[in-house]
Amino acid sequence: MRERIIEIWVGFFMLLGILALLVLAFKVSGLSSSIKENGYNITAAFDNVGGLKIRSPVSLAGVHIGEVSTIKLDSMQFKAIVTMKIDQKYKQLPIDTSASILTQGLLGANYISLTPGFAPTFLKNNGIVQDTHPALILEDLIGQLIFSLKNPGGKK
Amino acid sequence: MLILEKLRLLGQFGLQLLMSFGRSGIFLAHLLIRKPRFKKSFPLLIEQLYFIGVLSLVIIVLSGLFIGLVVGLQGYNTLNKFGASQQLGQLVALSVVRELGPVVTALLFAGRAGSALTAEIGLMKSTEQLASMEMMGVDPLWRVISPRFWGGFISMPLLMIIFSAVAVWGGYLVGVVWLGVDGGTFWSAMQSAVNFHDDIVNGVIKSIVFGGVVTWIAVFQGYDTVPTAQGIGRATTRTVVYSSLAVLGLDFVLTAVMMGGW
Repeated sequence: MRERIIEIWVGFFMLLGILALLVLAFKVSGLSSSIKENGYNITAAFDNVGGLKIRSPVSLAGVHIGEVSTIKLDSMQFKAIVTMKIDQKYKQLPIDTSASILTQGLLGANYISLTPGFAPTFLKNNGIVQDTHPALILEDLIGQLIFSLKNPGGKK
Repeated sequence: MLILEKLRLLGQFGLQLLMSFGRSGIFLAHLLIRKPRFKKSFPLLIEQLYFIGVLSLVIIVLSGLFIGLVVGLQGYNTLNKFGASQQLGQLVALSVVRELGPVVTALLFAGRAGSALTAEIGLMKSTEQLASMEMMGVDPLWRVISPRFWGGFISMPLLMIIFSAVAVWGGYLVGVVWLGVDGGTFWSAMQSAVNFHDDIVNGVIKSIVFGGVVTWIAVFQGYDTVPTAQGIGRATTRTVVYSSLAVLGLDFVLTAVMMGGW
Protein backbone atom coordinates (compact mmCIF):
# COMPACT_ATOMS: atom_id res chain seq x y z
CA MET A 1 0.00 0.00 0.00
CA ARG A 2 2.76 2.37 1.01
CA GLU A 3 4.62 1.42 -2.16
CA ARG A 4 1.57 2.41 -4.17
CA ILE A 5 1.24 5.80 -2.50
CA ILE A 6 4.89 6.54 -3.16
CA GLU A 7 4.49 5.58 -6.78
CA ILE A 8 1.42 7.77 -7.12
CA TRP A 9 3.29 10.73 -5.65
CA VAL A 10 6.24 10.21 -7.97
CA GLY A 11 3.85 10.01 -10.90
CA PHE A 12 2.26 13.26 -9.76
CA PHE A 13 5.71 14.86 -9.48
CA MET A 14 6.64 13.79 -13.02
CA LEU A 15 3.33 15.03 -14.37
CA LEU A 16 3.78 18.37 -12.62
CA GLY A 17 7.23 18.69 -14.18
CA ILE A 18 5.91 17.97 -17.66
CA LEU A 19 3.01 20.38 -17.21
CA ALA A 20 5.38 23.10 -16.04
CA LEU A 21 7.58 22.49 -19.08
CA LEU A 22 4.53 22.87 -21.30
CA VAL A 23 3.65 26.13 -19.55
CA LEU A 24 7.20 27.40 -20.07
CA ALA A 25 7.20 26.30 -23.70
CA PHE A 26 3.84 27.65 -24.76
CA LYS A 27 2.92 30.42 -22.36
CA VAL A 28 6.36 31.89 -21.59
CA SER A 29 8.36 31.33 -24.77
CA GLY A 30 5.32 31.34 -27.06
CA LEU A 31 6.57 28.30 -28.97
CA SER A 32 3.25 27.99 -30.73
CA SER A 33 2.40 31.11 -32.65
CA SER A 34 -0.85 32.70 -31.65
CA ILE A 35 -1.89 32.75 -35.31
CA LYS A 36 -2.91 29.23 -36.25
CA GLU A 37 -1.85 27.35 -39.33
CA ASN A 38 -4.83 28.63 -41.27
CA GLY A 39 -3.50 32.19 -41.51
CA TYR A 40 -2.47 33.72 -44.84
CA ASN A 41 0.73 35.50 -45.83
CA ILE A 42 1.25 38.98 -47.18
CA THR A 43 4.60 40.55 -47.96
CA ALA A 44 5.85 44.10 -47.97
CA ALA A 45 9.17 45.69 -48.90
CA PHE A 46 10.57 48.26 -46.46
CA ASP A 47 13.54 50.62 -46.85
CA ASN A 48 14.47 50.02 -43.22
CA VAL A 49 12.90 47.66 -40.69
CA GLY A 50 14.70 49.09 -37.66
CA GLY A 51 14.41 46.70 -34.73
CA LEU A 52 11.65 44.55 -36.23
CA LYS A 53 12.06 40.88 -35.38
CA ILE A 54 10.47 37.61 -36.36
CA ARG A 55 7.25 37.17 -34.34
CA SER A 56 6.81 40.93 -33.92
CA PRO A 57 3.12 41.77 -33.84
CA VAL A 58 1.13 43.08 -36.80
CA SER A 59 -1.80 45.24 -35.84
CA LEU A 60 -4.61 47.08 -37.51
CA ALA A 61 -6.26 49.94 -35.64
CA GLY A 62 -4.38 48.72 -32.56
CA VAL A 63 -5.82 45.20 -32.74
CA HIS A 64 -3.35 42.32 -32.98
CA ILE A 65 -4.17 40.52 -36.22
CA GLY A 66 -0.97 38.70 -37.12
CA GLU A 67 2.77 38.46 -36.78
CA VAL A 68 5.96 38.74 -38.77
CA SER A 69 7.09 35.35 -40.04
CA THR A 70 10.22 36.08 -42.08
CA ILE A 71 12.51 39.03 -42.77
CA LYS A 72 14.83 38.78 -45.76
CA LEU A 73 17.01 41.16 -47.69
CA ASP A 74 16.26 41.62 -51.36
CA SER A 75 19.77 41.71 -52.77
CA MET A 76 18.69 43.47 -55.99
CA GLN A 77 16.91 46.47 -54.54
CA PHE A 78 18.50 46.35 -51.06
CA LYS A 79 15.15 46.43 -49.39
CA ALA A 80 13.92 44.31 -46.50
CA ILE A 81 11.22 41.87 -47.57
CA VAL A 82 8.95 41.20 -44.61
CA THR A 83 6.44 38.37 -44.72
CA MET A 84 3.54 38.65 -42.32
CA LYS A 85 1.13 35.94 -41.33
CA ILE A 86 -2.36 37.32 -40.86
CA ASP A 87 -5.17 35.55 -39.05
CA GLN A 88 -7.73 33.94 -41.34
CA LYS A 89 -10.47 35.92 -39.60
CA TYR A 90 -9.24 39.19 -41.13
CA LYS A 91 -9.43 38.18 -44.75
CA GLN A 92 -10.80 41.37 -46.20
CA LEU A 93 -7.84 43.73 -46.26
CA PRO A 94 -8.18 46.16 -49.19
CA ILE A 95 -5.49 45.87 -51.83
CA ASP A 96 -4.27 49.44 -51.23
CA THR A 97 -3.56 48.80 -47.55
CA SER A 98 -0.39 50.51 -46.36
CA ALA A 99 2.09 49.15 -43.81
CA SER A 100 4.26 51.18 -41.47
CA ILE A 101 6.73 50.19 -38.80
CA LEU A 102 6.04 51.88 -35.49
CA THR A 103 7.40 51.64 -31.96
CA GLN A 104 5.43 50.76 -28.84
CA GLY A 105 6.08 53.75 -26.64
CA LEU A 106 9.43 55.50 -26.68
CA LEU A 107 11.57 52.50 -25.79
CA GLY A 108 9.28 49.64 -26.79
CA ALA A 109 9.63 47.01 -29.46
CA ASN A 110 8.85 47.62 -33.13
CA TYR A 111 5.65 46.40 -34.70
CA ILE A 112 3.90 46.70 -38.04
CA SER A 113 0.77 48.77 -38.24
CA LEU A 114 -1.51 48.28 -41.23
CA THR A 115 -3.76 51.06 -42.43
CA PRO A 116 -6.56 49.89 -44.70
CA GLY A 117 -7.30 51.67 -47.94
CA PHE A 118 -10.56 51.96 -49.83
CA ALA A 119 -10.16 49.63 -52.80
CA PRO A 120 -12.96 47.16 -53.41
CA THR A 121 -10.57 44.24 -54.06
CA PHE A 122 -8.83 42.40 -51.26
CA LEU A 123 -5.29 41.16 -50.62
CA LYS A 124 -4.91 37.46 -51.38
CA ASN A 125 -2.54 34.88 -49.96
CA ASN A 126 1.07 35.94 -50.77
CA GLY A 127 -0.24 39.35 -51.82
CA ILE A 128 2.10 42.33 -51.75
CA VAL A 129 1.52 45.52 -49.82
CA GLN A 130 2.71 48.32 -52.11
CA ASP A 131 2.59 51.34 -49.85
CA THR A 132 5.11 51.04 -47.01
CA HIS A 133 6.66 53.45 -44.53
CA PRO A 134 10.05 52.54 -43.06
CA ALA A 135 10.82 52.50 -39.36
CA LEU A 136 11.60 55.84 -37.78
CA ILE A 137 15.13 55.67 -36.43
CA LEU A 138 15.39 57.93 -33.43
CA GLU A 139 19.05 58.74 -34.05
CA ASP A 140 18.29 59.87 -37.63
CA LEU A 141 15.48 62.11 -36.40
CA ILE A 142 17.73 63.70 -33.79
CA GLY A 143 20.42 64.10 -36.43
CA GLN A 144 18.01 65.90 -38.74
CA LEU A 145 16.77 68.08 -35.91
CA ILE A 146 20.27 69.13 -34.93
CA PHE A 147 21.14 69.74 -38.57
CA SER A 148 18.14 72.00 -39.08
CA LEU A 149 18.88 73.85 -35.85
CA LYS A 150 22.44 74.48 -36.97
CA ASN A 151 21.38 75.74 -40.37
CA PRO A 152 18.38 77.97 -39.82
CA GLY A 153 16.75 79.15 -42.96
CA GLY A 154 17.29 75.96 -44.90
CA LYS A 155 19.49 75.66 -47.99
CA LYS A 156 21.92 78.34 -48.86
CA MET B 1 63.82 23.82 8.56
CA LEU B 2 60.61 25.60 9.39
CA ILE B 3 60.14 26.57 5.77
CA LEU B 4 60.73 22.99 4.71
CA GLU B 5 58.08 21.82 7.16
CA LYS B 6 55.56 24.35 5.77
CA LEU B 7 56.40 23.20 2.29
CA ARG B 8 55.79 19.60 3.32
CA LEU B 9 52.38 20.55 4.76
CA LEU B 10 51.45 22.32 1.54
CA GLY B 11 52.52 19.32 -0.48
CA GLN B 12 50.53 17.02 1.78
CA PHE B 13 47.48 19.20 1.34
CA GLY B 14 47.86 19.20 -2.42
CA LEU B 15 48.26 15.45 -2.56
CA GLN B 16 45.20 14.92 -0.39
CA LEU B 17 43.18 17.23 -2.59
CA LEU B 18 44.25 15.36 -5.70
CA MET B 19 43.54 12.04 -4.04
CA SER B 20 40.03 13.03 -3.07
CA PHE B 21 39.40 14.27 -6.63
CA GLY B 22 40.72 10.97 -7.92
CA ARG B 23 38.62 8.94 -5.50
CA SER B 24 35.47 10.83 -6.40
CA GLY B 25 36.21 10.38 -10.11
CA ILE B 26 36.70 6.62 -9.70
CA PHE B 27 33.56 6.53 -7.55
CA LEU B 28 31.54 8.26 -10.28
CA ALA B 29 32.95 5.95 -12.92
CA HIS B 30 31.95 2.90 -10.87
CA LEU B 31 28.53 4.41 -10.38
CA LEU B 32 27.93 5.10 -14.06
CA ILE B 33 29.68 2.23 -15.78
CA ARG B 34 27.85 -0.89 -14.75
CA LYS B 35 25.50 -3.36 -16.26
CA PRO B 36 22.02 -1.85 -15.83
CA ARG B 37 19.48 -3.99 -14.00
CA PHE B 38 16.36 -2.03 -14.79
CA LYS B 39 13.82 -4.39 -13.34
CA LYS B 40 15.39 -4.59 -9.91
CA SER B 41 16.63 -0.98 -9.75
CA PHE B 42 13.36 0.62 -10.73
CA PRO B 43 11.48 0.30 -7.39
CA LEU B 44 14.56 1.63 -5.58
CA LEU B 45 14.71 4.59 -7.96
CA ILE B 46 11.02 5.35 -7.44
CA GLU B 47 11.51 5.41 -3.69
CA GLN B 48 14.42 7.84 -4.00
CA LEU B 49 12.51 10.03 -6.44
CA TYR B 50 9.87 10.29 -3.76
CA PHE B 51 12.29 11.24 -1.00
CA ILE B 52 14.45 13.55 -3.09
CA GLY B 53 11.97 15.00 -5.57
CA VAL B 54 8.45 14.92 -4.16
CA LEU B 55 9.41 15.95 -0.66
CA SER B 56 11.41 18.91 -2.03
CA LEU B 57 8.37 20.11 -3.93
CA VAL B 58 6.95 22.29 -1.15
CA ILE B 59 10.11 24.30 -0.54
CA ILE B 60 10.72 24.66 -4.29
CA VAL B 61 7.19 25.89 -5.03
CA LEU B 62 7.21 28.33 -2.10
CA SER B 63 10.62 29.78 -2.91
CA GLY B 64 9.71 29.98 -6.59
CA LEU B 65 6.60 31.94 -5.73
CA PHE B 66 8.44 34.39 -3.51
CA ILE B 67 11.34 34.84 -5.94
CA GLY B 68 8.81 35.62 -8.67
CA LEU B 69 6.98 38.09 -6.44
CA VAL B 70 10.19 39.89 -5.49
CA VAL B 71 11.59 40.04 -9.02
CA GLY B 72 8.23 41.35 -10.23
CA LEU B 73 8.12 44.05 -7.58
CA GLN B 74 11.73 45.16 -7.97
CA GLY B 75 11.53 45.01 -11.74
CA TYR B 76 8.33 47.03 -11.83
CA ASN B 77 9.76 49.79 -9.66
CA THR B 78 12.92 50.05 -11.71
CA LEU B 79 11.26 49.78 -15.11
CA ASN B 80 8.63 52.28 -14.10
CA LYS B 81 11.32 54.96 -13.76
CA PHE B 82 11.93 54.65 -17.50
CA GLY B 83 8.27 54.30 -18.36
CA ALA B 84 8.94 50.79 -19.55
CA SER B 85 6.84 48.81 -17.09
CA GLN B 86 5.30 47.05 -20.11
CA GLN B 87 8.49 45.04 -20.40
CA LEU B 88 8.05 43.50 -16.94
CA GLY B 89 7.08 40.08 -18.31
CA GLN B 90 10.25 39.90 -20.32
CA LEU B 91 12.40 40.84 -17.33
CA VAL B 92 10.78 38.32 -14.99
CA ALA B 93 10.77 35.45 -17.48
CA LEU B 94 14.32 35.92 -18.71
CA SER B 95 15.90 36.36 -15.29
CA VAL B 96 14.00 33.40 -13.86
CA VAL B 97 14.45 30.96 -16.72
CA ARG B 98 18.06 31.79 -17.48
CA GLU B 99 19.59 32.32 -14.06
CA LEU B 100 17.46 32.28 -10.96
CA GLY B 101 15.61 29.07 -11.74
CA PRO B 102 18.60 26.78 -12.19
CA VAL B 103 20.80 28.41 -9.56
CA VAL B 104 18.31 28.90 -6.73
CA THR B 105 16.84 25.44 -7.28
CA ALA B 106 20.30 23.90 -7.16
CA LEU B 107 21.20 25.76 -3.96
CA LEU B 108 17.95 24.79 -2.27
CA PHE B 109 18.36 21.25 -3.52
CA ALA B 110 21.86 21.06 -2.05
CA GLY B 111 20.53 22.22 1.30
CA ARG B 112 17.36 20.18 1.33
CA ALA B 113 18.27 16.92 -0.42
CA GLY B 114 22.07 16.90 -0.74
CA SER B 115 22.74 17.23 2.98
CA ALA B 116 20.17 14.52 3.75
CA LEU B 117 21.79 12.15 1.25
CA THR B 118 25.22 12.69 2.76
CA ALA B 119 24.04 12.20 6.33
CA GLU B 120 22.08 9.08 5.42
CA ILE B 121 24.90 7.40 3.53
CA GLY B 122 27.45 8.54 6.11
CA LEU B 123 25.45 7.00 8.95
CA MET B 124 25.06 3.80 6.95
CA LYS B 125 28.80 3.71 6.58
CA SER B 126 29.60 4.46 10.21
CA THR B 127 27.12 1.84 11.48
CA GLU B 128 28.77 -0.56 9.02
CA GLN B 129 25.60 -1.22 7.10
CA LEU B 130 27.46 -0.74 3.83
CA ALA B 131 30.16 -3.20 4.91
CA SER B 132 27.63 -5.81 5.98
CA MET B 133 25.81 -5.46 2.67
CA GLU B 134 29.05 -6.26 0.94
CA MET B 135 29.47 -9.29 3.20
CA MET B 136 26.07 -10.52 2.07
CA GLY B 137 27.11 -10.17 -1.53
CA VAL B 138 24.95 -7.11 -2.24
CA ASP B 139 26.84 -4.32 -3.95
CA PRO B 140 26.14 -1.19 -1.84
CA LEU B 141 27.05 0.97 -4.81
CA TRP B 142 24.14 -0.57 -6.69
CA ARG B 143 21.73 -0.97 -3.79
CA VAL B 144 22.26 2.33 -1.95
CA ILE B 145 24.25 4.86 -3.95
CA SER B 146 23.07 4.40 -7.50
CA PRO B 147 19.31 4.96 -6.93
CA ARG B 148 20.08 8.05 -4.88
CA PHE B 149 22.35 9.46 -7.55
CA TRP B 150 19.89 8.91 -10.37
CA GLY B 151 17.00 10.10 -8.21
CA GLY B 152 18.75 13.43 -7.67
CA PHE B 153 19.85 13.65 -11.28
CA ILE B 154 16.28 13.21 -12.54
CA SER B 155 14.60 15.32 -9.87
CA MET B 156 16.67 18.46 -10.33
CA PRO B 157 15.57 19.48 -13.85
CA LEU B 158 11.95 18.71 -12.98
CA LEU B 159 12.18 20.84 -9.86
CA MET B 160 13.82 23.66 -11.82
CA ILE B 161 11.06 23.64 -14.43
CA ILE B 162 8.38 23.73 -11.74
CA PHE B 163 10.26 26.51 -9.94
CA SER B 164 10.47 28.62 -13.10
CA ALA B 165 6.80 28.18 -13.96
CA VAL B 166 5.73 29.14 -10.44
CA ALA B 167 8.11 32.12 -10.40
CA VAL B 168 6.73 33.46 -13.68
CA TRP B 169 3.27 33.10 -12.22
CA GLY B 170 4.45 35.04 -9.13
CA GLY B 171 5.73 37.82 -11.37
CA TYR B 172 2.35 37.84 -13.11
CA LEU B 173 0.58 38.12 -9.75
CA VAL B 174 2.59 41.17 -8.71
CA GLY B 175 2.77 42.85 -12.10
CA VAL B 176 -0.68 42.29 -13.53
CA VAL B 177 -2.97 41.51 -10.63
CA TRP B 178 -1.51 43.85 -8.06
CA LEU B 179 0.29 46.68 -9.86
CA GLY B 180 -1.91 46.79 -12.91
CA VAL B 181 0.42 46.15 -15.84
CA ASP B 182 -1.69 45.16 -18.83
CA GLY B 183 -1.99 41.37 -18.93
CA GLY B 184 -1.86 41.03 -22.69
CA THR B 185 1.30 43.12 -22.98
CA PHE B 186 2.86 41.22 -20.10
CA TRP B 187 2.56 37.89 -21.92
CA SER B 188 3.25 39.18 -25.42
CA ALA B 189 6.41 41.07 -24.33
CA MET B 190 7.50 37.87 -22.61
CA GLN B 191 6.78 35.66 -25.60
CA SER B 192 8.53 37.91 -28.07
CA ALA B 193 11.65 38.01 -25.87
CA VAL B 194 11.92 34.42 -24.64
CA ASN B 195 13.21 31.93 -27.15
CA PHE B 196 12.47 28.26 -26.45
CA HIS B 197 15.86 26.95 -27.47
CA ASP B 198 18.14 29.76 -26.32
CA ASP B 199 16.52 30.39 -22.97
CA ILE B 200 14.43 27.49 -21.76
CA VAL B 201 16.44 24.58 -23.14
CA ASN B 202 19.67 26.19 -21.96
CA GLY B 203 18.19 26.69 -18.49
CA VAL B 204 17.21 23.03 -18.39
CA ILE B 205 20.70 21.99 -19.55
CA LYS B 206 22.15 24.06 -16.73
CA SER B 207 19.96 22.39 -14.17
CA ILE B 208 20.79 18.91 -15.51
CA VAL B 209 24.48 19.71 -15.02
CA PHE B 210 23.82 21.11 -11.54
CA GLY B 211 21.73 18.07 -10.64
CA GLY B 212 24.53 15.72 -11.61
CA VAL B 213 27.19 17.72 -9.79
CA VAL B 214 25.23 18.30 -6.58
CA THR B 215 24.13 14.69 -6.17
CA TRP B 216 27.59 13.44 -7.10
CA ILE B 217 29.14 15.61 -4.39
CA ALA B 218 26.47 14.56 -1.88
CA VAL B 219 26.73 10.80 -2.39
CA PHE B 220 30.51 10.90 -2.61
CA GLN B 221 30.84 12.90 0.61
CA GLY B 222 28.57 10.40 2.33
CA TYR B 223 30.45 7.41 0.97
CA ASP B 224 33.84 8.91 1.74
CA THR B 225 33.00 10.15 5.23
CA VAL B 226 35.13 9.43 8.30
CA PRO B 227 32.87 6.97 10.14
CA THR B 228 32.36 8.97 13.32
CA ALA B 229 29.65 11.35 14.51
CA GLN B 230 31.96 14.30 13.90
CA GLY B 231 32.89 12.92 10.49
CA ILE B 232 29.26 12.78 9.39
CA GLY B 233 28.71 16.36 10.54
CA ARG B 234 31.76 17.55 8.62
CA ALA B 235 30.77 15.62 5.52
CA THR B 236 27.30 17.17 5.56
CA THR B 237 28.75 20.67 5.88
CA ARG B 238 31.20 19.95 3.08
CA THR B 239 28.38 18.78 0.82
CA VAL B 240 26.49 22.04 1.19
CA VAL B 241 29.60 24.23 0.87
CA TYR B 242 31.16 22.40 -2.06
CA SER B 243 27.96 22.00 -4.00
CA SER B 244 27.00 25.66 -3.55
CA LEU B 245 30.43 26.75 -4.76
CA ALA B 246 30.35 24.28 -7.62
CA VAL B 247 26.90 25.47 -8.69
CA LEU B 248 27.85 29.14 -8.67
CA GLY B 249 31.16 28.54 -10.43
CA LEU B 250 29.71 26.23 -13.05
CA ASP B 251 26.88 28.67 -13.61
CA PHE B 252 29.35 31.29 -14.72
CA VAL B 253 31.17 28.85 -17.00
CA LEU B 254 27.95 27.55 -18.54
CA THR B 255 26.56 31.04 -19.04
CA ALA B 256 29.79 32.14 -20.70
CA VAL B 257 29.66 29.12 -23.04
CA MET B 258 25.96 29.60 -23.83
CA MET B 259 26.16 33.34 -24.38
CA GLY B 260 29.26 32.86 -26.51
CA GLY B 261 27.06 31.39 -29.20
CA TRP B 262 27.82 27.72 -28.64
